[in-house]
Amino acid sequence: MTTTTQPSQLTFDCETGNYHTFCPISCVAWLYQKIEDSFFLVIGTKTCGYFLQNAMGVMIFAEPRYAMAELEEGDISAQLNDYEELKRLCLQIKRDRNPSVIVWIGTCTTEIIKMDLEGLAPKLESEIGIPIVVARANGLDYAFTQGEDTVLAAMAQRCPEQLPTTEKAEPTLQRLLNFNKKKAHLPTSDHPPLVLFGSLPDPVVTQLTLELQKQGIEVSGWLPAKRYTELPVLPAGAYVCGVNPFLSRTASTLMRRRQCKLIGAPFPIGPDGTRAWVEKICQVLGKPAEGLAEREAQIWLNLAPYLELIRGKSVFFMGDNLLEISLARFLVRCGMTVLEIGIPYMDKRYQAAELALLERTCQEMNAPLPRIVEKPDNYHQIQRIYELQPDLVITGMAHANPLEARGITTKWSVEFTFAQIHGFGGARDILDLVTRPLRRNQALGQLGWERLVSPPQG
Amino acid sequence: MKLAYWMYAGPAHIGTLRVASSFRRVHAIMHAPLGDDYFNVMRSMLERERHFTPVTASIVDRHVLAQGSQEKVVDNITRKDAEEHPDLIVLTPTCTSSILQEDLQNFVERATEQTRCDVLLADVNHYRVNELQAADRTLEQIIRFYLQKAAKKGTLITQKTAQPSVNILGITTLGFHNQHDLKELKKLMGELGIQVNVVLPEGATVDQIALLPQAWFNLVPYREIGLLAAQYLQAEFGLPMVQTTPMGVMATAHCIREIQQVLNAQGQAVDYESYIDEQTRFISQAAWFSRSIDCQNLTGKKAVVFGDNTHAAAMTQILAREMGIHVVWAGTYCTYDGDWFRAQVSPYCDDVIITDDHTRIGDAIAQAEPAAIFGTQMERHVGKRLHIPCGVISAPVHIQNFPLGYRPFLGYEGTNQIADLVYNSFTLGMEDHLLEIFGGHDTKEVITKTLSAATDLAWTPEAQKELNKVPGFVRGKVKRNTEKFAREQGLTTITVEVMYAAKEAVGA
Repeated sequence: MTTTTQPSQLTFDCETGNYHTFCPISCVAWLYQKIEDSFFLVIGTKTCGYFLQNAMGVMIFAEPRYAMAELEEGDISAQLNDYEELKRLCLQIKRDRNPSVIVWIGTCTTEIIKMDLEGLAPKLESEIGIPIVVARANGLDYAFTQGEDTVLAAMAQRCPEQLPTTEKAEPTLQRLLNFNKKKAHLPTSDHPPLVLFGSLPDPVVTQLTLELQKQGIEVSGWLPAKRYTELPVLPAGAYVCGVNPFLSRTASTLMRRRQCKLIGAPFPIGPDGTRAWVEKICQVLGKPAEGLAEREAQIWLNLAPYLELIRGKSVFFMGDNLLEISLARFLVRCGMTVLEIGIPYMDKRYQAAELALLERTCQEMNAPLPRIVEKPDNYHQIQRIYELQPDLVITGMAHANPLEARGITTKWSVEFTFAQIHGFGGARDILDLVTRPLRRNQALGQLGWERLVSPPQG
Repeated sequence: MKLAYWMYAGPAHIGTLRVASSFRRVHAIMHAPLGDDYFNVMRSMLERERHFTPVTASIVDRHVLAQGSQEKVVDNITRKDAEEHPDLIVLTPTCTSSILQEDLQNFVERATEQTRCDVLLADVNHYRVNELQAADRTLEQIIRFYLQKAAKKGTLITQKTAQPSVNILGITTLGFHNQHDLKELKKLMGELGIQVNVVLPEGATVDQIALLPQAWFNLVPYREIGLLAAQYLQAEFGLPMVQTTPMGVMATAHCIREIQQVLNAQGQAVDYESYIDEQTRFISQAAWFSRSIDCQNLTGKKAVVFGDNTHAAAMTQILAREMGIHVVWAGTYCTYDGDWFRAQVSPYCDDVIITDDHTRIGDAIAQAEPAAIFGTQMERHVGKRLHIPCGVISAPVHIQNFPLGYRPFLGYEGTNQIADLVYNSFTLGMEDHLLEIFGGHDTKEVITKTLSAATDLAWTPEAQKELNKVPGFVRGKVKRNTEKFAREQGLTTITVEVMYAAKEAVGA
């Protein structure tokens, strides 16, 4: 890549184009697994239901802890009473599954017909005796992973302010165990409580918690926890820090509604990001960060075989899951050139530390600053891809096969959503994904199977 | 409100998009919020489509909601017209955006003033019809539009082709084995001396619609999509229709005989009886399979059938009439067309179930305890849970329904594929059954450290003989399980009694 007109600052464009990404209700697919005692009820139409069923290219068969409250003509025309209908469904869910919480996922349809979910929930909650959390994960306001943001923002308001002091909590074995565990942890820390937010698979939660423990920092809780009944205690003045770049709404809810203090750090993705994340938390909590440079260096050493494959190669993010800035920053550090970062939504405040790190990384690596395109137009992006011929395009599922058929190497962005990419340990997983198409190309070598459509089809 | 975990047919706009994107040089614009355009993902991922799906979402967001969508939708239509040069742009809302009650027809008229291409609003009610009904309607709508247009311009060709010819209606993208069926149907028509005039909508351009009336008849292989179009062509142009699905040996013969009648009525003296006989007895393997000793063992076995109307009805008839299998019940999720289904299958099964509630079907399967299920991917899943094998015979489609190899369900090659499916479903069931008797696939403990187990245990000649009766693919497993059992019991000699004691113990 020649970089004659290298901008000295990050440039932000908003194309406000027609772009494809998944509907934010897809967060249900990972959140119901993460929160083991939950039930997610998506209140929407057949369109929503068919998406969940076919989401991510595979049919989901097992009767999971989520379902559709499918709105029918009578619901839309307000001939039926929303409260009675939802009560009927929630009672059935209670009977069949008995969850600790029912999360109502509002959709575009409930927005358009102005169904007052927030108003209905408290009444129904007290009537049926199961907490009901309302999240508006609709496609009018949000994209893909931001669905998690809406759910966590709603749950943040349900976190207790302090530990229950008496045994008036139901003496189930589970609660007693957890109660003791928390009590055992809290007194040992000599810093204000720290709660981390963002849904990660349990092994990653453990890794990041241990990473901070090495620095003498106790994580007092995660939002979300494995169970709804174990939501973290959030006293006013507690420190909070996010692990995912798409949680700006949760961050502002924690600050405004719960008077928490947000630690604005880059995200713990890649060894560089993880180190910066830990360092920032240490700095805020007044702990000297120790051994992180060595730790990061060791990880880079381990990654060396992967780096050889991608150094000097170019990558283009079409934009899908809002992890783009963090991944781009890590890939620049790996020696790649990032041509464009498409992103459905860019919260420059919540991502400020990450954007600053991206800029610094580009300077240090002597790499051109990428163009950041918010709400990109996929058609225009494809024209730019034809022009720039990137070595790798990270894209949603709709465009991957057609690009591959035209000799453009791709990786599905959605894989980064589900892979364990966080922490020092996740760096290898990221590079395994990024290099897989390149390794595939090597393996298939000179077969001449690059273009699998006839030229006029373009 | 309905509590729903799963659905057999998608929402209406999916049907419209299946038809629109099956055509060449037709682009669809969805008026929809972000994320509702997952049709593109389904087409690209399930069908491994190499071309960009010609569907663009004109995104409805907060801003658009506040301002109204007209400008944006019209802009997107004119933009696609300029970028892709399609012949037709089809505009469709989704369930969600249809409740905005915006005057999309007016947007279409506004856009038409500026576009080179035609623009149509898909005319379906998103809360009253499902994917299949919407596909049927959209196909009819497009055909009607272009035939009326051609009539107005005087470019309609109603003169019949010199040779007998056929339109094949209802082949679409994301259809269940449609591509393979089409190939088989073309081959069949070729062998009958019939030209294929137009195939719609898959791979066709809208220009070809004006050629429809010159065919001698329409063939509608799937009842779900294409029937409305064929009915319109019959009413408007007197074009006869053959709507017997050529699935199974007998139905294929029936379909060919109907075609013969249609051609004879138009003065073409054809007699396909010898062709049918040749195919049935010597070319297709399915009739021979029915007479073979393998199939004899399937006689009277219990099966249940569930799927869309076309496939479930045909499959019920095949199992009952051609293989002597006892169909305990047959069902369809096409509830809107249940009477037809009932009439088709009632003579061939004990009971008929018409529902789109998958839990009801799951319960009905559990109650019937059939030896095999022929259903959709959902019934395959139910079967897995109940340890009943399932052959998948119907949509909703799964990536497994787009095999790279040639797997038609229609025509004479289709009969072979179906016979294989039936045979494999039942025999897999038997394998599973044997494995169950003898303790399953997974040996959790290592029995001996040495590779050879023939050291400390003696098998009596009778036991050895018994062991040899066990089919080869599970024999090793049975031997190991029996020896493990004998060691645990402190036995040194394995008799037939020990074998069966082991079967009982390990099986339990």
